[in-house]
Amino acid sequence: MSAAPILAVEGLRVGFATEGGLLQAVDGVSFQVNPGEVLAIVGESGSGKSVTAQTIMGLTRSKNARIEGSVRFEGEELVEASDATLRRLRGDRIAMVFQDPMTSFNPVQRIGRQIVEAMEAHRGDLAKGEARTRTIELFEAVGIPEAERRVDDYPHEFSGGMRQRAMIAMALALEPEVLIADEPTTALDVTIQAQILRLLEDLNRERGLATILITHDLGVVAEVADRVLVMYAGKVVEEGTLEEIFYDPQHPYTWGLLGSLTRLDCPRPVRLPQISGVPPSLLELPQGCAFRPRCPHEFDKCTQVPGLEPRLTEAPEHCDRCWLTPEQKRAKRRVAGQIGLEAPAP
Amino acid sequence: MSEPLLQVTDLVKHFPIKRGILIDREVDQVRAVDGISFSIEPGQTLGLVGESGSGKSTACRAVLQLIKPSSGSVRFEGEEIAGSSRRQMRPLRRQMQMIFQDPYASLNPRKRVGQIVGDPLKRQGVASGADLRKRVQELLERVGLSSEHYNRFPHEFSGGQRQRIGIARALALRPKLVIADEPVSALDVSIQAQIINLLDDLQDELGLTYLFVAHDIGVVRHISDRIAVMNKGKIVEEGSADQVCEQPRDEYTKKLLAAVPVPDPREARERQKATLGRQ
Repeated sequence: MSAAPILAVEGLRVGFATEGGLLQAVDGVSFQVNPGEVLAIVGESGSGKSVTAQTIMGLTRSKNARIEGSVRFEGEELVEASDATLRRLRGDRIAMVFQDPMTSFNPVQRIGRQIVEAMEAHRGDLAKGEARTRTIELFEAVGIPEAERRVDDYPHEFSGGMRQRAMIAMALALEPEVLIADEPTTALDVTIQAQILRLLEDLNRERGLATILITHDLGVVAEVADRVLVMYAGKVVEEGTLEEIFYDPQHPYTWGLLGSLTRLDCPRPVRLPQISGVPPSLLELPQGCAFRPRCPHEFDKCTQVPGLEPRLTEAPEHCDRCWLTPEQKRAKRRVAGQIGLEAPAP
Repeated sequence: MSEPLLQVTDLVKHFPIKRGILIDREVDQVRAVDGISFSIEPGQTLGLVGESGSGKSTACRAVLQLIKPSSGSVRFEGEEIAGSSRRQMRPLRRQMQMIFQDPYASLNPRKRVGQIVGDPLKRQGVASGADLRKRVQELLERVGLSSEHYNRFPHEFSGGQRQRIGIARALALRPKLVIADEPVSALDVSIQAQIINLLDDLQDELGLTYLFVAHDIGVVRHISDRIAVMNKGKIVEEGSADQVCEQPRDEYTKKLLAAVPVPDPREARERQKATLGRQ
C-alpha cells in the first residue's frame, strides 16, 4: 500500500455487559483505510459491522461497553480520546451517514438549519449567511433539485431518497477526510440507490475521501468497493480486494453469501442455494469457528478457531479464517455449486 | 388455458385529499391504483414489482378487500368479490391469506406462537382443543420450526423464524391464494434464500397460488412465473418472468432493471462504462 492509511483500526474489541453475560459484539477487528479508497464491510445482522463503525466514532461509549484495541485517525488514538476531542473530530474530519433517513433528522427543525447548525458548531468563524450559502451548494452537489427553496423544508417534506441525499450533504458539509456510511442505500428504491452510489463514487474520486461502506448487499459492494471485509459473529472471516472476494472467495460463509444472491444476469436456478440455520447468539457462540454449525464442510479441526491469515501464496493480502487448504476450497466450492461466479480467465 | 383463480379487471383505488376546517372539501385524489388488470392461474405465481409509492401494496389490499376499491372488478374463482361486505368476505378469507413484510410488527407480541397460528383455525371454527394444538404443531414443523415452539412468544425468535410463523399462520386455513407483500425484504440475505425456498416448496406441495409483491426484481424473478411491473398506479408491463427481465419492452422496466446492482465487479464496471458513455 502506497499512501499512508488515514484511519487504522487495530485489534478492536467491543463488548457489552448484558444480563446474559458479556456480549462480545466485535472481537478483534483490524483494518486500514486509505484516502480515496472504499472499504466495504459486509455481514448480516449481529455480525458486528455497525458496532465497529459506531465505535470508530465513539458512539458506543457507555458504562456497559468494554472497548479495547486501537483506532487511529491520522495517527491520533481515538479509543482513549476525551469526549471533547471526539466531538471536535466527529462531523468535521470523520462523518457518518446512517441507514434510516426517516429518523436521522430532527423532525421539528428545517433541514437546512440543521446542517447550518452543524457547520457553525465546528467553524465559529464562519461569516453570517456563509453556512447557508454553502448548504445550498451542497444540496446542489448531491442532486437535490430547487436547492435554494428546499433548504427551508422540514424533513417530512422530503422523500426518502431526498432525505438520504440531505444526510450525505450534511456529512460532507465540513469536508471530512473519512466518511462512514452505514447501509446508506438500504431504505431506498433501486433507481435512487444507483444515483446515491454514483454520488458517493464521484466524491471519492474528486475529494479523495476515504469511505467505509457498511452493507449486507453484495450487489452494492460490487459496484463501488475497492476492498472488502466479510464479518461473521464479531470477527472478520475474510478480507481481500474486490476481485479476490468475488472471484476467488476462500471462506465458506462468503461462498454462501455469493451463492444465495438472486441474479438477473444469470439463468435462474431451480432452487436458490441457501446457508442453512441462523447466525449464532453472541452469548452462546459455538466452540471454534463460529460458522461451524452452518458450514457444510465442517471437519474435526474446526473446533479450534482458525486465525485470519493469508493462505494463498499469490495473494498475500487476501486473508481468511478457515482451516481448509486452498486446494480443498477450490474443489469444494465448485462441487457445492455455491459460487455464483466463475474465476476470470487469466 | 384453465380458468384463472384470481382475475382483476380495471381495479382502481383513489384516496381523496381533503382540505378545510369545518367542511372537508375534496380537492384532489391520490391515484394509488389507477386501473390495473391481471389474472393468476391456479398453482402459478404472479410477481408484482415496483418502487415505493407505485401502488403495489394498495393493490394487494384492494384485492383482498381489506380496503374498498373505488371501482373495478376482482373475481375469485369466477365470483365477484369487489365491494363485498366484511360479513360476505368472511367465508372467503379461508381461501385467501396474506403474508406481511415486517415480521416484527405483524405478530402480536403478547400472544404465544400457538395462539397466533391457531387463531384463524379457531375463528373459522375449523378446529379446537387438542385437535387445534396438533394441527398448529404440524404447521410449525411444516414451515421449519419445531412443535416445541408452540408456547413461546414472538420476541424469542429471529426475523427469519418470525416470518416462518407468519407463513404458518397464513397457511393454517389451507388457502388457495396467498398474497405475500415484501415477505423477505426485512430479512438477512442468507435467510432470504431460506424463506424463498420454503415458499417454493410449499407451493409445490400444497398447490398454492401466489401473488408475490416485492421491490427486489431479482427475488421476484426467481419465484415468479409471470411478472407485472407497476409504476404510478399502473401496470406498465406484464409477461413471463424471463421475458420481462431479459427482454423488457417498457422504458420504465428497462430503467428499473438497469438500476439493479450486479453482484459481479467486472460486469458492474462494464455497465458503468456503458452508462457513462451514453451520458
